Amino acid sequence: MRDVYVAGVGMIRFGRYRDRDVPDLGGEALLLALDDAGLALRDVELLAAGSLFQANAMVGQRILQQVGQTGIPVVNVANACATGSTAFREAWLAVASGEHEVAVAVGVEQMGKMGLLGGGGGSGVRTEGVLGSGLMPAVFGQAGMEHMRRHGTTQAQFAKVAVKNHRHSTKNPLSQYQVEVSLDEVLNARMVAYPNTLYMCCPTGDGAAAAVVVSAAKARQLGAGVKVLASVLTSDPWSERDLTLPDVNTLTRSAAARAYERAGVGPEDLDLVELHDCFATAELLHYENLGLCAEGEAGRLIDTGETAQGGRVPVNVSGGLLSKGHPLGATGVANIFEVAQHLRGRAGARQVNGAKVGLAHVIGLGSACTINILGV
Amino acid sequence: MSEAPGRRPIVPFLRLPADGEPYLAGQRCTACGAVFLGRRLACGRCTARGPFEEIRLSRTGKLWVYSIVHQSSPDVPVPYVAAIVDLPEGVSVRCSLIDVPPDPAALSFGMPVEMTTGVSQQDREGNDVVAFYFRPVRREARDA
Repeated sequence: MRDVYVAGVGMIRFGRYRDRDVPDLGGEALLLALDDAGLALRDVELLAAGSLFQANAMVGQRILQQVGQTGIPVVNVANACATGSTAFREAWLAVASGEHEVAVAVGVEQMGKMGLLGGGGGSGVRTEGVLGSGLMPAVFGQAGMEHMRRHGTTQAQFAKVAVKNHRHSTKNPLSQYQVEVSLDEVLNARMVAYPNTLYMCCPTGDGAAAAVVVSAAKARQLGAGVKVLASVLTSDPWSERDLTLPDVNTLTRSAAARAYERAGVGPEDLDLVELHDCFATAELLHYENLGLCAEGEAGRLIDTGETAQGGRVPVNVSGGLLSKGHPLGATGVANIFEVAQHLRGRAGARQVNGAKVGLAHVIGLGSACTINILGV
Repeated sequence: MSEAPGRRPIVPFLRLPADGEPYLAGQRCTACGAVFLGRRLACGRCTARGPFEEIRLSRTGKLWVYSIVHQSSPDVPVPYVAAIVDLPEGVSVRCSLIDVPPDPAALSFGMPVEMTTGVSQQDREGNDVVAFYFRPVRREARDA
């Protein structure tokens, strides 16, 4: 495989865009990324488009209808919440394989106020609330309870994740929410699915992000220095309860092991991490899954403040999914955007100073995991 | 052709014998022993293409973890306890836990639970849809 560089990134503020549509949002992000790279649409040799709820609607082609129909190959990708990051990996593969010099990944989603995912069902027979819950808040509530059961983690420790990420988001102008909340406010907020209260659940929303990846030769021409050190995708292997309580840990651990090996770095080398905090409970699980702390130490790690801005390994300085937002297909490319901005010293008020290596992690339930490690 | 409305299980692996207690049926891989709810073409753990043997799963198990759902899809009454129950045959079940307050103080990891069934709703054809639930094992039953 050839070396691949991120030459440009673009992202629109996550939020609600009632008067716009998916190709329009995705097209805007694509143009921002091209401008950032200093490239034109005619330079692009492949487009990988990730959009979950319009997965069958040729989103990539419709984006090109917005920005320029050059006849290039387009792949449309769906992989649950890992949709955008899977699209990024497709673009990476297209360049790494030697087939293309310039490829673009776009992640885009328009959720509106669709509310919680997974309700209803086609059979006319309701299972939600009858056979437990298949809704994400409950699933990640249960995943957090597993950590509580095994390690004695407390609800307050999970809540601290929400406090941290909401505080981080106040420095990110592209974040859907930019409001600080106190620990008391988090704990006393409306309960969604124990132990996660409202502020411990990511919002729904609309958004788009794009990344341009190029070969080493092209990167030299453009003066692009952010290298993709590893791009890894895993699915869930068999594990004890995976079919009833999706196991988000095992596939993250296998992806992390492979990514660290490929990149030639370890968790101690990371200057920042954007990980999949769809719910506050999830973030603590992934501290251990990514090796940011020892087994069972995640609660202690959030207590120490080491994962906050200015700490040893800042996690989700963008505000994370909890506050920046989680327009499903956009998320995986948005965290590439975030890491690339820090590595180039362009993250503004939230800049992690001197960042050289950053990791972006995404989980799509069902399950898919991507880990991308970027470095300068 | 229309049949007289009857009753049907909410999932195929819930069995409702006419002359006995309802039970959950597992498919056990004869190569590695892994147990699944519902049919598999090959074993998810060892990839052997079977054969699978159907086993009758225990009606009692232990609470692995839970969440208490306070906000759900429209028309779903809240709160409810969404649980993962481990059965002794080595398979876990996603279910609702009933006959217990929706309160962490009333729930403990590893607590013994037992299966029960009830009509959850009618389907479009007017059949009673029978669901399974788990509930705490009653003290007198435990002592017996």
